[in-house]
Amino acid sequence: MNTQDTRRPAGKKLSLKEKYAQMTRGLGWDTSYEPMDQVFDQLGLEGIKIHDWDKWEDPFRLTMDAYWKYQAEKERKLYAVLDAFQQNNGHLNISDARYVNTLKLFFTGITPAEYNAHRLFAMLGRQFPGPGAAIACQMQAVDELRHVQTQIHSISQYNKYFNGLHDHTVMNDRLWYLSVPKSFFEDAISSGPFEQIIAISFALEYLLTNLVFMPFMSGAAYNGDMATVTFGFSSQSDEARHMTLGLECIKFVLEQDPGNAAIIQRYLDKWFWRGYKVLGLVSMMLDYMLPKKVMSWKEAWDIYFVQNGGSLFNDLSRYGLSMPKYWEQSVAEAEHLSHQTWNAFYNFSGAAAFHVWLPSDEDMAWLAEKYPNTFDQHYRPRIEHYRKLQAEGKRYYNPSLPMLCQTCQTPLIFTEMDDPTRTSHRQLEHDGDTYHFCSDGCRDIFAEQPDKYVSAWLPAHQILQGNCVEPGTEAAGDPGADALRYFHVVAGQDNLDYEGSPDEANWRRWKGLDKTTPAAAA
Amino acid sequence: MHTHAQQTSVPPLVRDRVDNFHGQQLLYVGWDHHTMICAPIALLVSPELHFGELIDSLLPASAFALHSEWPQIDWAHVEWLHADRPFTPERDATLKAQGIGHKAYLRLRTPALRGIAGTGA
Ligand SMILES: [Fe+2]
Ligand SMILES: [Fe+2]
Repeated sequence: MNTQDTRRPAGKKLSLKEKYAQMTRGLGWDTSYEPMDQVFDQLGLEGIKIHDWDKWEDPFRLTMDAYWKYQAEKERKLYAVLDAFQQNNGHLNISDARYVNTLKLFFTGITPAEYNAHRLFAMLGRQFPGPGAAIACQMQAVDELRHVQTQIHSISQYNKYFNGLHDHTVMNDRLWYLSVPKSFFEDAISSGPFEQIIAISFALEYLLTNLVFMPFMSGAAYNGDMATVTFGFSSQSDEARHMTLGLECIKFVLEQDPGNAAIIQRYLDKWFWRGYKVLGLVSMMLDYMLPKKVMSWKEAWDIYFVQNGGSLFNDLSRYGLSMPKYWEQSVAEAEHLSHQTWNAFYNFSGAAAFHVWLPSDEDMAWLAEKYPNTFDQHYRPRIEHYRKLQAEGKRYYNPSLPMLCQTCQTPLIFTEMDDPTRTSHRQLEHDGDTYHFCSDGCRDIFAEQPDKYVSAWLPAHQILQGNCVEPGTEAAGDPGADALRYFHVVAGQDNLDYEGSPDEANWRRWKGLDKTTPAAAA
Repeated sequence: MHTHAQQTSVPPLVRDRVDNFHGQQLLYVGWDHHTMICAPIALLVSPELHFGELIDSLLPASAFALHSEWPQIDWAHVEWLHADRPFTPERDATLKAQGIGHKAYLRLRTPALRGIAGTGA
């Protein structure tokens, strides 16, 4: 052993700087029994070259002991608020029971993604030889686990009173629309370490996180949901650190070797498009699901992506990076995205774990004001038609299965911008099979790594292969009913319209909105 | 990008190979400018299906038949596309005989019918 004696006189505390050196940077070592490149065996596979891990700057200089202290403090505050929320029946203070459907989407779509983020960072921390990077990943792995846990605790209060929140892990694995966020994370977690960190820390956390958190957390605040506001606030303080990790990582990698920029640009192009496709769900939530609206999807995209993202890429241009491929298309589509996404859920609400409803006159006036170029022209007539059918007792449900994009797994619900009522479709042949895509972006991603995407678990195809039957039960012969049971969606309770749902009946009873109907038995 | 899986010689798992559909195949059908049907539909069909049966029995049991313009379709004047290229189907021939294989995408165009309130919906 040739370790230097770093013992200090008893009783003297380490300075912050010493603490950081000893408890973060000083934790790394070079292996001697096994060659370093075999211990960190995934590092060379992507073609990224790192010459000096010590150049990794750690803007937070957070040591593990300080980390535990801060996080424990956050937890104490959060759980104090959650206790109060539960004791005071906080769920009765929300704007309307329709609001809870945004939580159902969040809890089944995003909470499991937090867990996958935990797994991803735990593995990443193992892959980076630089202690600065490894410890940042370790902290984030613990953060993400905390996020999952606090979300489960916050939402458990709602689960006692509202339907559709009872089985988020199985739903995330099986439910058709949740394959969109699920496959996003599984794509990331099965990538090389640099691609993983660019995908999650940069593309998702830095570039797009405001488009997930802002809508849900401001939506919660506007709609009186103190539980969600509180866990959102508690996570947000971790997000600042995560975003910094993303930015630090990209600058570090770009400064290490001029050859890295082309690889990073390819990752950015891919993960921007993958992330954008997941955000279709958020666009619907903002424009169609919040009883009290915060801002439109188009406004959110303009501020958080076009303006903020634009200035970020301005900064990064000195490294040779440019705005991700097809970003202009996302801007053109901003006037259509939420309307087309909502229409898919109106079509398939029989197979969803949350409720849908038609926009009111007031909602439609808001949509027309926010989307002056598209709403009245393309989308209002369709909604008015649905309204007429419902009034006649002929509510339209789509009984068919949709064609899906091989890459993002979204049904082909989006249209061509030069012909906004024609389905956008791309296809290519690979190894004797045909593959279909929603967009040029998704086709390009497939073409880059076909072997990865040919194995996509596409829900519609799995149903048709006969694979979506609840394990341990016999197929009932009705693939639709079998699939619902497989999804763990309780028919007549979790799915269909809000009007007529048990959620609505309960809400009206609790709030005394139904003076004419005698209270149902509890 | 290289991963361990791609470095070894394990062939990729093609999850939607035609063999996984028990003798049937996938067929997608879209109806241009009728966005009430939110996406093209995915059908499970026999390669021996006659094109006429697709029109006479499969599509009438699909979402298409719930569109108010469905009964007004003049089938003699429908324009078809296969893989986004113009295509003239033969009613009495099988899918297989006219080259409509696994995961083929057909579109029908009905220019006389303009969707809900003429909006292409
Ligand atoms: Fe998180
Ligand atoms: Fe796609």
